Amino acid sequence: MIVTTLIAGLVLGGTYALVAMGLTLQYGISRIMNLAYGETIIAASFLAYVLSSSLGINPLVSLLVAAPLGFAFSYMIYAIMLRPLVARSKTAMSLEIDSILATFGLLFVIQGVMLVFFGGNYISYSYMNFGVDILGASVAANRLLALVLALAIGGGLYLLLTRTLWGTALRAVAVAPSSAPLVGIDANRAVRLAFALGGALAACGGVVISMYQTFTATSGVVFTMKALIVVIMGGVGNLLGALSAGLILGLVETFVATYVSPGLTLAAVYLIFLGILLWRPSGLFGKARR
Amino acid sequence: MKRFAIAGGFVVAVAVLALAPLCLGAYGLGLLIGLAGYVTLATAWALFSGPTGYISLATVAFVGIGAYCVAALSEVLPYPLVLLIAAAIGLAVALIVGLSTLRLSGVYFVIFTFGLAELIRQLVTFYEINVTGTLGRYIFLGITPEQIYWQLLALGVITLLLTWWIGRSRIGLALKVIGDDEVVASHVGIDIARTKLALFAVSAVIMTLVGAIQAPRWTYVEPAIVFNPTVSFLVLIMALLGGAARLWGPLLGAVPLFMLFEWLSANFPNHYSILLGLLFILIVFALPKGVLSFVEDNWMKRRGPRAADRSEARS
Repeated sequence: MIVTTLIAGLVLGGTYALVAMGLTLQYGISRIMNLAYGETIIAASFLAYVLSSSLGINPLVSLLVAAPLGFAFSYMIYAIMLRPLVARSKTAMSLEIDSILATFGLLFVIQGVMLVFFGGNYISYSYMNFGVDILGASVAANRLLALVLALAIGGGLYLLLTRTLWGTALRAVAVAPSSAPLVGIDANRAVRLAFALGGALAACGGVVISMYQTFTATSGVVFTMKALIVVIMGGVGNLLGALSAGLILGLVETFVATYVSPGLTLAAVYLIFLGILLWRPSGLFGKARR
Repeated sequence: MKRFAIAGGFVVAVAVLALAPLCLGAYGLGLLIGLAGYVTLATAWALFSGPTGYISLATVAFVGIGAYCVAALSEVLPYPLVLLIAAAIGLAVALIVGLSTLRLSGVYFVIFTFGLAELIRQLVTFYEINVTGTLGRYIFLGITPEQIYWQLLALGVITLLLTWWIGRSRIGLALKVIGDDEVVASHVGIDIARTKLALFAVSAVIMTLVGAIQAPRWTYVEPAIVFNPTVSFLVLIMALLGGAARLWGPLLGAVPLFMLFEWLSANFPNHYSILLGLLFILIVFALPKGVLSFVEDNWMKRRGPRAADRSEARS
C-alpha cells in the first residue's frame, strides 16, 4: 500500500516537475507570467489522444511531434503577441500586468478552440495499461514510463542549460538581463528561445500526462496553477528547485488523497504554498532577496 | 455649481433606474439585475485593485461564499440576518486571505487569488459530501426579482458613494501613494499592510453581498455553479476596460461589456470563450489605460496642447 502510494506520488510529482520546469524557464528567463501555459499542456494531450486513437500512433512518437510543435507555437506567441508588450512596458510591474492580461486572453482562445473541437468531456486513451511488479506492489506500466520520461526530459534540460554554451547564455540572461548584452549575448533572442523551450516542455508534459490521466478541455487552468506553485516553491528560474518542489507536491497530494481524503488535496497544496510564501518568499532554494 | 449638477444628475439617474422595473418585462428586469450585479462587482473590484495595482482574481470566491450562505441558512434564519452572516463570513475570509498574502509582491497575490475560488469550492464540496451528505441545495425564498434588483441597485449606489468618499479621504490619499511607490509610502508613515487589508476587506464584503442578494434567482445552487471562475475574469476585464483608477471607469466598462457578453452568449454559445479571449487581448493592446482615459486624452488633445501635456505628465 505504502509503496504504491509512494510510486503514484513520484509519478505525479515527476509530471509536475516536468511541467513546472517549462514555466520556470518562461517566467525566470523571459519574465513572462504565462497564464495560458496549462492550455499548451492540454493541447498537446489532445494531440497525443488524436494521433493515438485515430491513427494508432504510439504516444512516444507523438512526443517527437508535440515537442517541436510546442516550441514553434510558443516562439510565434512570443514574437507576435508578447514582444510588443515587452517593448512597450517601461517597468517590470507594467509588463507583469500586461502579460498576465494578454495571456488570460490567450487562455480563453485556446480553451475555446479545444471546446469547439472536442467538447467538455473527460478524455483518455489506453496505452501500456498493464501492471508491473515493483517491491511487491503492482504499478501501471504507463505511470512508470511517465516517471522515466519526466526524469529523462528534465535531466536532459538540466544538462543542456548547465553544460552547453547556449544554456549558459540563457542562464546569464536570467541572472542579469541588462549585463548579458555586454558580453555579446543577444538577450532578445535568448528570451525568445527560453519562452519557446518552455512551450516545448509544456507539450512534452501534456503528452506524458495523457498517457496515464484523464483530462478535459478545461483542465489546463489547474495545471497552470500547480506549475506556478511549484515554480514559486522551488524559486523562480531554478530548475533543481522546480524538480524537488514538484516531487514534494506530487507526494503530498497523493498521500493526502490516499490517507486523508481526495477532497482535500488542493487544501493541502495551498497550505504548503502559503507556508513557503510566508517562510521563504524566494523559494526553498532561493537566496533571500532582501 | 458643477458639483451640484453632477449630484443632481446622479440622483435622477438612480431614481429612473429604481423605477425602471415598473415598465420593463421579465427579460428586461433580468438584464437589469445582471447589469446591476456586474457594475457593483466591477466597482468593488476597482475599489481595491485600482489604487493598489494588485490584480485580484478572488471575486467569484466571495460571490460564491455569499450565495452559499443564503443557500445553506435561508431555511433556518430570517433573510436580513442571513445577509449579515454572509457579510461577516466574507469579511472573515478576506481578513485571513489578506493578512497572509497582502504583504507579498503582486504576482504571488495574483496566483494565490487565482486558486482561492477553486480551493473554497473544493472545501465546500468536501464539507457537503462528508458532513451534510448532499451536493447542491435549493433556495426557496419569497423574494421577487424586483426586490433583488432594488437591493442590488442600493448596494451599487453605496459602493459608488463609498469609492467616491474613499478617493477624497486620508485613506484614499494613502492608497494613491502606495500605488505609486511603496517605499515612499512607508517612509511618510503609512501603514501599508493595514491600509491594503482594510480596502481588500471592504471590497470583499461588497462582493459577498452581491452573491448573497443574487442567490434567490438561481433557485438551485451547487459549488460548480456558484464558484464559476469566469465571473472573476469578466469583472476584471470590465473594470480594466473602463479604467480601474477612476470612479466611473468600472461602470462605463461593465455596461457595454455586459450587453456584449449577453449578446455573444445568446448568438455564439459555442464560440463564446474564443471571442472573449480575443476581446481580452484586444483591450490590452489597444487601450492599456482603459476607455475612459483614452477618451479623455484624445478630448484634451483636441482642446489644446497644454491640457494634453498635463494629462501626459499625470500618467
